[in-house]
Amino acid sequence: MAGEPKTRRAVLADGVRLLGLAATSGALGALAARGEPRNTVWQIDPNLCTQCGKCATSCVLTPSAVKCVHSYALCGYCQLCFGLFRDKRAGNDLHAENLRCPTDAIRRRFVEDPYYEISIEEALCIGCGICVKGCDLFGNRSLQLQIRHDRCIGCNECAIARDCPSNAIRRVPASRPYLLRRHGGPR
Amino acid sequence: MRKSAWVLVGIAATLSAQGQEQKRQPPPDFTSGYQLPSPTTPVPKDALFAWIDVGVLLVALVLAAWIVLCRRSRAWLLVLTGFCAAYFGFYRLGCVCSVGSLQNVALALADPSYRLSVSVAAFFLLPLLFALFYGRVFCSGVCPLGAVQELVLIRPIRIPEWVAGPLGLVPFLYLGLAVLYASAGAGFVVCRYDPFIGLYRLGSSPLMAWVTGLFLAASLFVGRPYCRFLCPYGALLRVASWFASKPARIAPAACISCHLCARECPYGAILPPSPERELVPMHELRSSLARRLGATVPLILLLAALGWFAGPAMARVHPKVALAAELALSRAQPDAPKSLAVEAHLRLGRSDEEVWREAATILKSFRLGAALFGAWAGLVVSAYTISLALRRRRREYVAEPGTCLACARCFASCPVLPQGDRP
Repeated sequence: MAGEPKTRRAVLADGVRLLGLAATSGALGALAARGEPRNTVWQIDPNLCTQCGKCATSCVLTPSAVKCVHSYALCGYCQLCFGLFRDKRAGNDLHAENLRCPTDAIRRRFVEDPYYEISIEEALCIGCGICVKGCDLFGNRSLQLQIRHDRCIGCNECAIARDCPSNAIRRVPASRPYLLRRHGGPR
Repeated sequence: MRKSAWVLVGIAATLSAQGQEQKRQPPPDFTSGYQLPSPTTPVPKDALFAWIDVGVLLVALVLAAWIVLCRRSRAWLLVLTGFCAAYFGFYRLGCVCSVGSLQNVALALADPSYRLSVSVAAFFLLPLLFALFYGRVFCSGVCPLGAVQELVLIRPIRIPEWVAGPLGLVPFLYLGLAVLYASAGAGFVVCRYDPFIGLYRLGSSPLMAWVTGLFLAASLFVGRPYCRFLCPYGALLRVASWFASKPARIAPAACISCHLCARECPYGAILPPSPERELVPMHELRSSLARRLGATVPLILLLAALGWFAGPAMARVHPKVALAAELALSRAQPDAPKSLAVEAHLRLGRSDEEVWREAATILKSFRLGAALFGAWAGLVVSAYTISLALRRRRREYVAEPGTCLACARCFASCPVLPQGDRP
């Protein structure tokens, strides 16, 4: 090869390859210089969540990577939690009795009179958000839907985010992967 | 009268705001020394994996290039393909992949608030860099989407050039569309309509399951239909491979023009030597080239104008534009059932004006984006028609680097021995 004169095409190709190398190193250098091109993960903002139920069905995983998470610091330790009711009442979908957990994933433990500790059995929770809706409408808003990162596989485009009617799912830094409400009311 | 009404409204608003701040149940006041548990927050598992993935990608690319160029062994390549399908596909469940990463790059370029992670940037750049030197070795040995199609191809049929050529333009158009939608923040269409991800995740929506089935059925007879006629990243790799310094060479020594390799290639990538005498007279070729060159600018302008007018219709899939349309409908007909997005909007209490304003901004930028997409489509079609009028001399059978997927089938079919002896 060394002895042959270079064709115009070969010179052009050399130029393009050099350009490619320069672009690669330039892009990676720019990313490094930009400070924190950090890894991100998907998470639900509980203040935007409207508990539409898409989290249970849109996720590529079955059951969904979304689970109900209980912020104990917000909880009123009610005797009866939303989702724990036993009977169905016909008619209004928002009757507390009709917001019962479909998989009986809500556990109640007596603490002291009149307080009961409510916890979520994660293995049973399907992330439907029915109990969250009850707590959001009538309770202390201590139940919240969150993407659980031991389950989430980190799709490039989150299938739930795509279907979420209130745009509540966004990318957050992997170093702070949860958006849990720890204090009452909207932030 | 009016003033007092406003005061009342003000008081009501303050009260309701306070009501929201207040807890509805008073915080419990434990006397038994009960300690508040805190909710568990399992950490994301892919913080480290992002780096392992880049490492595996790099090693796999080096191996693929070595197998195709030095080992020239299809069996070894199949082993590598199987490993990459198992690792990137079944184990890592397909995300992030190089094909999808082009959308992250487009979004990062358009939206300064979106941070591109280094691993995604590496997934985007490494295969292109390898293509600049060794051709499409990523497609042959590393890509999990290609692996599925490669492994199910049992009875390849030849697709005539007049079908395969124009179909080969579709990836460039899909690339433009994917960049348009990703940069506008309307979603990642390539990921959404990825036909093979459902196989690796063992589950998908009913629509995509049908698409997967169709592509698999087609892949039995048509060599890699997704890679050749749809893959937008393949379009980028194709362009990069035109400048490859060491693309795969079919014959290990001088080609004897026996045409066995061209029969073996299921992708129609092997071009025969030029005929001794050009069939079309030179002056006709020249005038046809001039005509095609002349049509380039009008075609680009025409398609750009079409894009400009089609922009608002194309923007409808953007969730914020869709919300604005649904909201306008529900404001016009208050009794009609409301969509989930409208209900969410009402519940979150944002103003309608904000929605209109956002949608108007997006529509405006979408018009420009769609016009650019139209111009891109015009450029792609013109470049193809011009390439048809060009002639390049080939003295032997060569694998066209852009369309060659480096599958290593032709090596075994070539009767030439490395020393140049005839068998």
